[in-house]
Amino acid sequence: MYLLWLIPSLPLAGFLINGLAGRRFPRGVVNLVAVGPVVLSLLWVVRVLAALGPLETPHAERYFTWFESGAMRVVFELAVDRLTAVMLLVVTGVGLLIHIYATGYMAHEGGYYRFFAFLNLFLFFMLVLVLANNFLVMFVGWEGVGLSSYLLIGFYFRRRSATTAANKAFIVNRIGDFGFSLAMLLLLVRFGTLEFPKVFAAASSLPVEHSAGALTAVCLLLLVGAAGKSAQVPLHVWLPDAMEGPTPVSALIHAATMVTAGVYMVARSAPLFVKAPLAMEAVALTGLVTAVLAATIGLAQHDIKKVFAYSTVSQLGYMFLALGSGAFAAGIFHVVTHAFFKALLFLGAGSVIHALGGEQDLRRMGGLRKKIPLTFATLVCAAVAIAGVPPFSGFHSKDGILLAAYHHAPWMYWVGVATAGMTAFYVFRAIFLAFFGESRGDHQPHESPRSMTLPLAALALLSLGGGYIPVPRWLEPLFPRLEVGHALALVFVSVAAGLAGIGLAWLFYVARPGLADRVAGALGIFYKAAANKYFVDEIYHAAVVRPVISGSRSLLWRVMDVAIIDGMVNAVGRRALGVGGVLRLLQSGNIRSYAAWVALGAVLLLAALGLAGGAS
Amino acid sequence: MSAVPLSWYLILSAILFVLGVAGFLYRRNLITMFMSIELMLNAVNLSFVAFSYQFQRVDGHIYTFFVMVVAAAEAAVGLAIILTVFNNRGSLQVDDVDSLKH
Repeated sequence: MYLLWLIPSLPLAGFLINGLAGRRFPRGVVNLVAVGPVVLSLLWVVRVLAALGPLETPHAERYFTWFESGAMRVVFELAVDRLTAVMLLVVTGVGLLIHIYATGYMAHEGGYYRFFAFLNLFLFFMLVLVLANNFLVMFVGWEGVGLSSYLLIGFYFRRRSATTAANKAFIVNRIGDFGFSLAMLLLLVRFGTLEFPKVFAAASSLPVEHSAGALTAVCLLLLVGAAGKSAQVPLHVWLPDAMEGPTPVSALIHAATMVTAGVYMVARSAPLFVKAPLAMEAVALTGLVTAVLAATIGLAQHDIKKVFAYSTVSQLGYMFLALGSGAFAAGIFHVVTHAFFKALLFLGAGSVIHALGGEQDLRRMGGLRKKIPLTFATLVCAAVAIAGVPPFSGFHSKDGILLAAYHHAPWMYWVGVATAGMTAFYVFRAIFLAFFGESRGDHQPHESPRSMTLPLAALALLSLGGGYIPVPRWLEPLFPRLEVGHALALVFVSVAAGLAGIGLAWLFYVARPGLADRVAGALGIFYKAAANKYFVDEIYHAAVVRPVISGSRSLLWRVMDVAIIDGMVNAVGRRALGVGGVLRLLQSGNIRSYAAWVALGAVLLLAALGLAGGAS
Repeated sequence: MSAVPLSWYLILSAILFVLGVAGFLYRRNLITMFMSIELMLNAVNLSFVAFSYQFQRVDGHIYTFFVMVVAAAEAAVGLAIILTVFNNRGSLQVDDVDSLKH
């Protein structure tokens, strides 16, 4: 026993202490209670992994029976295998850096202790999610991260847009969770258990389903769940709005860790997916469509956080493309590198916003290169990483994905390459707009405190060098082998696309400012559609939200509630009142009338007795 | 002695009882109503005694004594109540005694 339960419990303790008593603590104590458990958690992860060594076989620890019902027995069990090990290090490592960053970023905010309590709560659930050894315990973490995401998006609860965004995230995730729970029920019916080892062992002995079958259904439902959590089309709408939360939240939850839970879940269920090629195809297509759509929307956004949010959606699409192409290890590798560079992009954006006193609009930035050089330098590190410039981290993971996509279907590779070009373009567009040219605002920027720049520097190093962490090789034994070879030409093409994107951004926003507006004008309707996010929100509003609201008003409220339910209750009341009105007359206060009733009753009784007795 | 059949006693008892009921229902004077109640009780006593004699058993006598004891107690309490009512209201009309309702 390596006390795996200690890993999630430490942040939980931080949550409880800060959540219950944090209001009375000075800031230093809140910091200690918030960051301390994360440090200990990370150390414990490292210690456990060091003790477990190469993890040829998974290490599982059973704690107690959660519940039993008939033949079903759910055990609370945590386990570590190579996949979990990677996720644990990413979650606690990046989580720690972002916690430290947040102590600086949130310094001027109200509800300081509340923020860190929620952040710790999130880490607790996320760690439960990755450590779980059966679907139900995973679902606990899955729902829990959704809850903490909701709490943190709505952190500025006085702002209406923030609470609306929080509700939106929660409700859209509900759709995905519904798919997940249906998948679990199907698994339970089919295999009688939800424990990973048993389900996967049973599935691996089944034949590959070339036409639709039970496994395909399970996998498609799991995909629905993953699409909700990981913001894949058509459930992507909540993630860009989630940027209403504080920036460290965007970095930790909505870029680095929680949104990759869907990728993790699909990779974890790989033994099911490989038996269902149709579902795999669906995963790949979902990913590809998401990647392209989100990237084109990202080209036309003006809010720096929105740009990176759509970039996140797009990169998540990449990960799904990898999973669907069978390159599970490449997908997880991209999760890791993406956690580094996307967290860095968000934290850098946060540093810019912090420096400008809350300004998020790219059109009112500019010329910040000299004012906040450290932020600029780290953001450039993240940008070259995400653009896929060799030899930085994004290049390695994207390379693996695109190779797998080419192997799967060449057209997917070409679409992926185009997306990579767009990715490079919009990220560098944001950088050029914010840091080059003349200042377009009236702000007095100041460099962020040490607690913010140190995590930036650490993440910059990871973004640059993270590609050399041998994640794919480490994960290799876990997944079915995929022979993709190594086509140098393909690598050149994708790198060229990235460099072209950067060059184009340079041309549009530094060398020839004004060109961008002309091109946007020339593209006309396409530009408008992308800038308005393809009107997906409006379509959902018209197709789902409004019918639900008007249906609730006219049918559920006026008919069901007022007419039927209230009507029934009121009718009972009115009838009682009427009957009482009649019975009231009996209570006349007149002794002789009472006596008459008694006499009448006696006569009736006698008559009844006489009738009944007459037979005998 | 045995010339009088049981049914005659019962008929007399029934007549007395109905008189008592009618008196209770139709008269408004509290004293009269009270007397009607006594009449009903005694009508019942008569039927008890008649049955007791007919079947040569002692139960009916015992019941009769019980009823007489209860009637005596009731007379004591009832007359006291009637007196109090009269003292307070200066009237024995039963329809006037309705302050609980109004």
